[in-house]
Amino acid sequence: MITQLSDSASDSAPVTDDEFVEPPQTLIWALRDSWNEATRHLRAVPRNLDLLLFATLQPIMFVLLFRYVFGGSIEIPGFSYNQYLMPGIFAQTMVFGSGFTGVGLAEDLQRGFIDRLRSLPISQSAVLVGRTVSDLLRNLLTFAVMLAVAFAIGFRFEGGLVRGLGASALLLYFSYAFSWIQALIGLSVKSVEAANSGGFLWMFPMTFVSSAFVPTEDMPSWLAKIADANPFTVATNAARALYNGNDPGSDVWQALAWATGITVVFATLAIRRFARTASR
Amino acid sequence: MPVVEAVDLAKSFGETRALRGLDLTVERATVLAVLGPNGAGKTTAVRILTTLIRPDSGHATIDGIDVVAEPARVRARIGLTGQYAAVDERLSGRENLELVARFFRQSGGRARERATELLAGFDLVEAGDRVVKGYSGGMRRRLDIAMSLVARPKVLFLDEPTTGLDPRSRLAMWELIESLVAEGTTTMLTTQYLDEADRLAHSIIVVDHGTVIARGSPQELKDRLGGHRVTVDLLPGADPETPAAVVAALGPHRAPGPVLHSDRNRVVVSVRAGTTTPDVVHDLDAAGLVVADVTVERPTLDDVFMGLTGHAATETEDGTQPRTGAGAGTGAGTGTGITATIPATSGVKR
Repeated sequence: MITQLSDSASDSAPVTDDEFVEPPQTLIWALRDSWNEATRHLRAVPRNLDLLLFATLQPIMFVLLFRYVFGGSIEIPGFSYNQYLMPGIFAQTMVFGSGFTGVGLAEDLQRGFIDRLRSLPISQSAVLVGRTVSDLLRNLLTFAVMLAVAFAIGFRFEGGLVRGLGASALLLYFSYAFSWIQALIGLSVKSVEAANSGGFLWMFPMTFVSSAFVPTEDMPSWLAKIADANPFTVATNAARALYNGNDPGSDVWQALAWATGITVVFATLAIRRFARTASR
Repeated sequence: MPVVEAVDLAKSFGETRALRGLDLTVERATVLAVLGPNGAGKTTAVRILTTLIRPDSGHATIDGIDVVAEPARVRARIGLTGQYAAVDERLSGRENLELVARFFRQSGGRARERATELLAGFDLVEAGDRVVKGYSGGMRRRLDIAMSLVARPKVLFLDEPTTGLDPRSRLAMWELIESLVAEGTTTMLTTQYLDEADRLAHSIIVVDHGTVIARGSPQELKDRLGGHRVTVDLLPGADPETPAAVVAALGPHRAPGPVLHSDRNRVVVSVRAGTTTPDVVHDLDAAGLVVADVTVERPTLDDVFMGLTGHAATETEDGTQPRTGAGAGTGAGTGTGITATIPATSGVKR
């Protein structure tokens, strides 16, 4: 019934050493491995309606809820609330989007798929790079939907197209950096449920104790200090200034430094952790 | 040179000593079964040999390559099918296979070709383009093994390949493994099922608490337990002296030890290894005895495990100990934790 499945295709004799070819290990192949792994997740996106709906409907809902529930009652000097609020919602949605990285990895661990990948002769960082890159691309889709809705209710790139796109790219980069934090969490916890709560819980205080929805000056002074030091505030302020054509000061560079620092530190930790992780 | 060689492997997880000096070898084109109860260290051994974890001490090679020093070269030569079907259920069967082929640097065309071959070989042609989420347990296992074979590995690791399968899928899996072996795939499999090791393996190591407590062919392990057992069913209304006469008649083949059972209906005695049914019939004929039936039983691996460890290999679902050696019937019965609908396989060798 089973013919020539395990050995040479041309004859059923066992493989001998000379006909055995080892896959090459180069940087180019590491990138191909990463892309191969990314396509594993990207193929699944259109098939997973729940996830697709969540990834698009949730930001639409947020945009509309915040705009029409809080929009009338919050006054921000120098801004229409719409122009103030939308960058905050974009930033929050992008950071929350990183949570799927941890949950996805925890699922792969639980199903034993990580064991399969780790037993293949591929670049060991490819699994995490592929995962984070595919999540970045899915976040890009979410962002596009969210921008379209924001435009429909009156949000504009007041600072021009280039700055508007720059601000969006900055937020995506920030989300990518957070994917690596989530990757480390997903590899460290014992279950998918723990990855879910452990990945999302801390993001609520982080995004609300910030300048995303209200100016930090309006907070109690002790809270304002925390909010001002929050890297999420830095990123939100940088994006908001760029979207509205204001002078971002050093916020753009600070935000880029934060994102780069987080990426370097947490990618290193996550890749190290991955090498020691076996499925449970 | 053996394809797989492990010497004195030790591995602890915190306080738990999973392996305490495990040695094993797998020769080319043979099957080694690592047999033992849950927690014996079987999966730890597989994970070390497949480069997923490092041993605390000892060393292991695949095809002469050290698993710790050169994991990438080892990974190029192995296929791993773990305890749970490691398939991506969001993708189709074909996409799963092509994914692995591309990870092995196969071109798009070659990857498609290989996926087609494997789908055909593993009876997944019809399901090949469907998403794996809808597959049955047996189909997932078949796909899982097919994924392990994409790059024609030198050695295939199967970690409890039939755990959790229904009886029909289990039998199908055995046939699948047998056909892979017939083609010359070197295989190391772990199992807690004694009949599975008996049926599939050329050699067996019995593992308990992280060490090998016995090794040999299935036959050698069973012979080690000593004599086989003969059951003689007497005719209804047999003479009261008949049981004693039967015991006496079997004298030349009897193994040392007491008569296991004797009454007006049935006599059970131990005989020397290698005694056949015709031998027994000849003995009875020579003594002029007429009986209803004669059965020669060889000990099952369950008996072996009991004899070696003093405890049973597995526990049955209600938590009771499986049957012990004396007086038990033949076959892969309830004692192995397997549903009784599986046909008896003990003693049936390739």
